[in-house]
Amino acid sequence: MADMIPVPERMKMSQRPMLEQDPKKRIRNFDEVPLGYTAEDSIYEAQRCLQCDPPLCVGGCPAEVHIPQFIRKIVEEDFASAYLEILKTNNLPAMCGRVCPQEEQCQRVCVYNKMGKPIAVGRLERFVSDWARKQDTKEELPEIKKKGKRVAVVGSGPAGLTCAADLVKMGHDVMIFEALHKPGGVLTYGIPEFRLPKRIVESEVDKIKELGVKVVTDFVVGLTKGVDELAEEFDAIFLANGAGAPQFMHIPGENLNDVYSANEFLTRSNLMKAYKFPEFDTPIKVGKKVAVIGAGNVAMDAARTALRLGAKEVRVVYRRTKEEAPARAEEIAHTEEEGIVFDFLTLPVRVLGDEKGNVTGMECIKMRLGEPDESGRRKPLPIEGSNFVMQVDMVINAIGATANPIVARSATSVQTNKRGYFTVDEKTRATSREGIFAGGDITRGSATVISAIGDGKKAARAIDGYLSSGGSLRKAST
Amino acid sequence: MPKIIAKREIAPNIISLEVTAPLIAKRAKPGQFIILMTDERGERIPLTIADYDRENGWIRIVFQVVGKTTAQLSQMNEGDELFSFVGPLGNPSKIGDHGTVVTVGGGTGIAYVYPITRELREAGNRVIAIIGAKTKDLIIMEEEMRKVSTELLVTTDDGSYGRKGFVTELLEEVLREKKDVKKVWAIGPAPMMRATSEVTRSYGIETIVSLNAIMVDGTGMCGSCRVTVGGETKFCCVDGPEFNGHLVDWPEFMNRIARYSRQEKLSFEAHGKSYGEKNG
Repeated sequence: MADMIPVPERMKMSQRPMLEQDPKKRIRNFDEVPLGYTAEDSIYEAQRCLQCDPPLCVGGCPAEVHIPQFIRKIVEEDFASAYLEILKTNNLPAMCGRVCPQEEQCQRVCVYNKMGKPIAVGRLERFVSDWARKQDTKEELPEIKKKGKRVAVVGSGPAGLTCAADLVKMGHDVMIFEALHKPGGVLTYGIPEFRLPKRIVESEVDKIKELGVKVVTDFVVGLTKGVDELAEEFDAIFLANGAGAPQFMHIPGENLNDVYSANEFLTRSNLMKAYKFPEFDTPIKVGKKVAVIGAGNVAMDAARTALRLGAKEVRVVYRRTKEEAPARAEEIAHTEEEGIVFDFLTLPVRVLGDEKGNVTGMECIKMRLGEPDESGRRKPLPIEGSNFVMQVDMVINAIGATANPIVARSATSVQTNKRGYFTVDEKTRATSREGIFAGGDITRGSATVISAIGDGKKAARAIDGYLSSGGSLRKAST
Repeated sequence: MPKIIAKREIAPNIISLEVTAPLIAKRAKPGQFIILMTDERGERIPLTIADYDRENGWIRIVFQVVGKTTAQLSQMNEGDELFSFVGPLGNPSKIGDHGTVVTVGGGTGIAYVYPITRELREAGNRVIAIIGAKTKDLIIMEEEMRKVSTELLVTTDDGSYGRKGFVTELLEEVLREKKDVKKVWAIGPAPMMRATSEVTRSYGIETIVSLNAIMVDGTGMCGSCRVTVGGETKFCCVDGPEFNGHLVDWPEFMNRIARYSRQEKLSFEAHGKSYGEKNG
């Protein structure tokens, strides 16, 4: 067991960096970029933790992870207990340790921010869950008393998986319905291998299945069966089907052959493994010079995927500046390190092509920042006469997603807002129809994995409350 | 798992499969499609539903061997299970009682226009069906089509069976003779659907085509299947697959369905080689 270091000494220690694959090498492979902490790194970093009481970090974590407790177990070199401590509230730790924006969550409120860098909670979470996966550490749950209620969860992304796992631990029978042939939602189709290896998603999904959650794939709620029909078979429903539909800019040339939505490009590569074509059957194309429109995490993922697929030059085109870019700072830094060029204050106005549909260029206009708009960000305004043609032969559109209406159309009296997202009670995730709850991107637009996990937890608690007090959709429907 | 319960080669290189899929069969309507994968490494390909049996819980698909996935599918047998089979996707055909209508099927499009023809007839329409293929051997489902249509006209490009010529020529004759045709459905290869739409345009008759775009998820998530219809971008999977043929941007659509032709050829050839080695 490592020593507990006296507090003044601890405060002098600086955050342990995490090793990463060299940018020159990693742009030639799909392996994970950060290499993760070693046990020694983890113990060192864990020793820095001041074990605040009350801990500020926990308040910043939608997954409610017992942060000081698991970090303490790392100091004690009891990694198995550290893992089990995390699992008490978070069923997707290896995933969270990688893609949760901790700098906006737990680490943002860490007391160390006043004097230096916060405790690297995410890296510790990642280390502990990777260690546990290799050791095959199992959660031993007390006998769960079955409550005899059935819950349907629509969508197997982070919100759905979390809600399902929590509910099954509370004693309910849970069935997840997934439209694609593989579970995981955005974790599977959206986030690339080099940021979140698919074997990790599979392993965390498998653990949730081992808890007793049933996952039905190839089932499109709204088409294979509607929400109204599920309401006749289940006592409660959690809708977590994701935002789903890609947005386009509605500019000329957007349907040329080599204009992709980021969703299509990433789904081909991640879900269908097109980066391994022809070993896998699904093809993907990549241009020599690729422009990615947008500056969110999805745009960074698409740009870095294009580079790995062999593009000679990749540019990220964004109408505002780096300050306003919605991507995590870490993702932007990784993208820059890999040699991807950022064209800020640039707005595409037209994609140019030949008669066969090939992209031959993209006309853009230069922008400047004006007064703040309703989002609080300074509004980009076009600079007249500044049009120019960017030499590209492929364009990936990553400007965001909108609500896919398929699920909502099949759900009578479940209200949606103007943008098609389900309207819910913030605390309970209850929709306008009794017994139906909703969370994740289909209630808030494209957000983060961690907010989806938070929604899943809140919904599970509310659903358990609803069912325990005798509520049942089946009763309400008949 | 979706299991193949009946397999028939209904024409050279054209296969008909019945696949157990009770939930899909229960809800399927004419005009909708399914997406399937043969195995874990496979591609997701959309196929229009050729028939369904709600009671016995199966879906019929008909396809021509044109690439790796269809080749693999053609090598599967009764009792084999498909890795993935999802649906019913897309919107059903909008079928009403219009009076006299014409359904046109070209090649494997005959199989897709079949359930629409049947439903139109059941809805009280007088249905003139025109089916065509390159040559006699490739005319499929003639008897079935004859049963569900009021009148069936057959054409082959080479004149080996029925009338010599294209479906468009027969259609033009029908429209000239019968002034009361209210609506036309045309399903087949893109050039055939485009040509059909051109014929009906001058008669001002609404023409529905079913667009076999390239898809990945088939539920509106990826936008691979987008097409310009009446100046607006639509997704074949969730807004279609049926659209007004007069409004479709055909050159764009035909470019987009050929996007991966080089890769598709590569994949097909590699498969042919490895299959030959295994089974040769």
